[in-house]
Amino acid sequence: MTASPSSINRPAVLGVSLWVGLLIGISRWVGLQSYQWFPVQASTAAPLVDGLFSFETAIGTFVFLAVASVMGWVILRHRAEKYDATDAEPIEGNTKLEIIWTAIPFVLVMAIAVYAMKVNTRLGVLGPMEHIHLADAKEQQGGYPGDRLPAETIEVVARQWSWEFRYPEAGVSSTELHLPVDQPLTFRLVSEDVLHGFYIPAFRLKQDVIPGRAINFNLTPTRIGRYRLRDSQFSGTWFAANQADVVVDSQADYQAWLNQAAGLPLQAGISDAVTEYQKRLQQTPTPGWATVKPAPPPQVNVPGSNALPHDA
Amino acid sequence: MPFPTTPEAMTTTPSLSQDQPKLSWTRYLGFSTDAKVIGIQYIVVAFFFFLIAGFLAMIIRGELLTPPADLVDRTVYNGLYTMHGTIMLFLFIFPVLNGLNNLLIPTMIGAPDMAFPRLNTAAFWLVPVFGSLLIASFFVPGGPAYSGWWSYPPVSIQNPLGNLISGQSLWLLAVALSGVSSIMGAINFVTTILRMRAPGMTLFRMPVFCWTALAAQSLQLIGLPALTGGAVMLLFDLTVGTSFYRPEGGGDPVLYQHFFWFYSHPAVYVIILPVFGIFSELFPVYSRKPLFGYVYVCVASFIIVGLGLIVWVHHMFPSGVTMWMRNLFMFTTMLIAVPTGVKVFAWLGTLWRGKLQLTTPMLFCLGGLINFVFSGITGIMLATVPIDIHVSNTYFVVGHFHYVIYGAAVMGIFAAIYHWFPKFTGRMPYEGLGKLHFVLTFVGANLNFLPMHPLGLMGMPRRVSSYDPEFAFWNVLASLGAFLLGVSIIPFLLNMISSWARGPKATHNPWNAIGLEWLLPSPPPVENFEEHVPTVISRPYGYGTGLPLVEHQAEIERQLILQEASA
Repeated sequence: MTASPSSINRPAVLGVSLWVGLLIGISRWVGLQSYQWFPVQASTAAPLVDGLFSFETAIGTFVFLAVASVMGWVILRHRAEKYDATDAEPIEGNTKLEIIWTAIPFVLVMAIAVYAMKVNTRLGVLGPMEHIHLADAKEQQGGYPGDRLPAETIEVVARQWSWEFRYPEAGVSSTELHLPVDQPLTFRLVSEDVLHGFYIPAFRLKQDVIPGRAINFNLTPTRIGRYRLRDSQFSGTWFAANQADVVVDSQADYQAWLNQAAGLPLQAGISDAVTEYQKRLQQTPTPGWATVKPAPPPQVNVPGSNALPHDA
Repeated sequence: MPFPTTPEAMTTTPSLSQDQPKLSWTRYLGFSTDAKVIGIQYIVVAFFFFLIAGFLAMIIRGELLTPPADLVDRTVYNGLYTMHGTIMLFLFIFPVLNGLNNLLIPTMIGAPDMAFPRLNTAAFWLVPVFGSLLIASFFVPGGPAYSGWWSYPPVSIQNPLGNLISGQSLWLLAVALSGVSSIMGAINFVTTILRMRAPGMTLFRMPVFCWTALAAQSLQLIGLPALTGGAVMLLFDLTVGTSFYRPEGGGDPVLYQHFFWFYSHPAVYVIILPVFGIFSELFPVYSRKPLFGYVYVCVASFIIVGLGLIVWVHHMFPSGVTMWMRNLFMFTTMLIAVPTGVKVFAWLGTLWRGKLQLTTPMLFCLGGLINFVFSGITGIMLATVPIDIHVSNTYFVVGHFHYVIYGAAVMGIFAAIYHWFPKFTGRMPYEGLGKLHFVLTFVGANLNFLPMHPLGLMGMPRRVSSYDPEFAFWNVLASLGAFLLGVSIIPFLLNMISSWARGPKATHNPWNAIGLEWLLPSPPPVENFEEHVPTVISRPYGYGTGLPLVEHQAEIERQLILQEASA
């Protein structure tokens, strides 16, 4: 245990302060940059998630750069001279330092956790987290309190490997998900076979779809555009091809789409897996290893498309 | 323990290696009960499987070089990524760590061998048995398991051909056997550490590697029964039609996820804790300074054990758990950053004002440490529920855990191999090849795994055999990194084979390190110190203090030097 130098080394303190200031500046900048690493923000959840991520990116950048600075410094300045096999000064520890570097990470991670919990709660108000909860009388009656009255309950049926969206009130079904902008929506997620993941990156939201359960899942789209819905829980052979498009329309366009769709006859919806499986059957010998046979494409009013350019 | 430790016993130490007949290399091919033989058997077998699983990774990255599924069939891709993860974990990383445990625990604590040598043999020989089962599963009708290393039901119990012997059933059998092998190993390591330490070696005079091994193996004993039980139930669902997890029979697929992660999250600590031990051993040697805050570093391992057992639900945030569980497990997960941070700061404190020697093992440790800090930061991000909801099951997670496991753990393991290679083979590895290996590994790992983070943030799911064109750029970079990593193994293998065959002879302590293992000849005799176990009189890592580690240290070292001179 060595004592710290009795007199304060002014140039060193100044140098370290300047360096820390520089790192803080860089960290703030990286934190702001992080917003661009995401797809466009298309739901009420997106700004909250991106904000939290930016905050953690800034803190994380600072921690990383600080550790890297110390390592860089010792590698440059505390290298043994060639042929110097002697030992360094034996510093075995420093209780004060050890307490400080326990306390600082503790406070830091708890601050992040509390912030994140607040975001959780806000997201919870907005919808997505609370699919398993104590029975709520209002919900049982099919209603939501105040501003959370959902415009529509949309049923999502996940299969190996297709997505089917049903609009019970309008009597419409589709393999392309159409949503009205700025409306709180409730989805009822069901799976007919295995686990699937209902994941729309532009919305920053994801929920596993679990066979044997119907999960209520709430969100509010905020931006008109065409986005990707991806299966996020491995579901077998055509897992990667199990994608659908999400079209967020203005309220008027959405109504128009629903009205037009209701008049269309049922036809086979999109299932890339079925298309690929047909091709596979024509090959001899059958390529690859065994696979589960895809479910037939759902019969829907509107097949839509999953091959158009999408915003995210 | 009744070891004779009188000065007379010491001064009459026979020249051990001269008395013994030259041991044949063929002992590595048979059923040995010698921990040092078993250790090398583990490591060699592990690297054989490392090459196989690494080759699978090359095919995976080859497929992901372009957006469509065009290199292999989708069924093949799914089988390959499943087997890549399974082989890397159960046949590379756990066996290689058990190899290090076998080599290091007895020599570091002055024990002649493991507590239960035959149990040790049995635990090792299960590895080639379940390894062969897994490799055989490539050739059964229908191909190998394809449901990922998690094997989540119901996908894992779909069994498309309906055969009893399927890739998935062999997979489950292999994982259960692997669990049995690991439990046998864990009993042995824990018992050896607790019961067979040299006289004078109290727990707080024990090297940190043994502390971390004790912590990691305790986790195995607590966690593995849950996984093994869960896997057996899954095997029943698959083969005899029970409904533990089958929703149509009233089962719950999410139940399996709890069993699986109750072990498989702590499994990450089983992997990383011994690597923390390696860092704690090597930084003092190559900084010529004591480990900063030794006691706190020891204790932090067990804080990690305690917390590590109550964080598993963070793998399941989007899979149907309640709000309170999400919040609770977010807090416990965040807390792990504290003992882990303590260790990182202790290593920085050790480096600070040291006299650094940038040897191959030191470079691997420094590279492993900075990679680990990066993965720790992304780990905190993943612990944060709202962020995890977006990035879980995306490439962000794949990037994160490859930084932990390849960037930190595998680099730490390479450091350990270079550092202790002279001790157990009696030969020095080549520095030039070692440094080349380090540069290729460090650059390759970062080029491979860093691009996975932007991919995940953009929303590319993991385990996909095809992807949208907007993900192509980062995927090309990642694939180039992967191929570089593939190349990086060549100088390593060249180095190991050539230096073992004809490298310069190693002295008993080529790195001028402090520790009981460095008071043994290189390689150590079969029974290590035999009945002449030195009495430990100080803490490890006394660099610069001038304090001897054991009684009569000067005499023991003189004997070793004389022995080396006469050889």
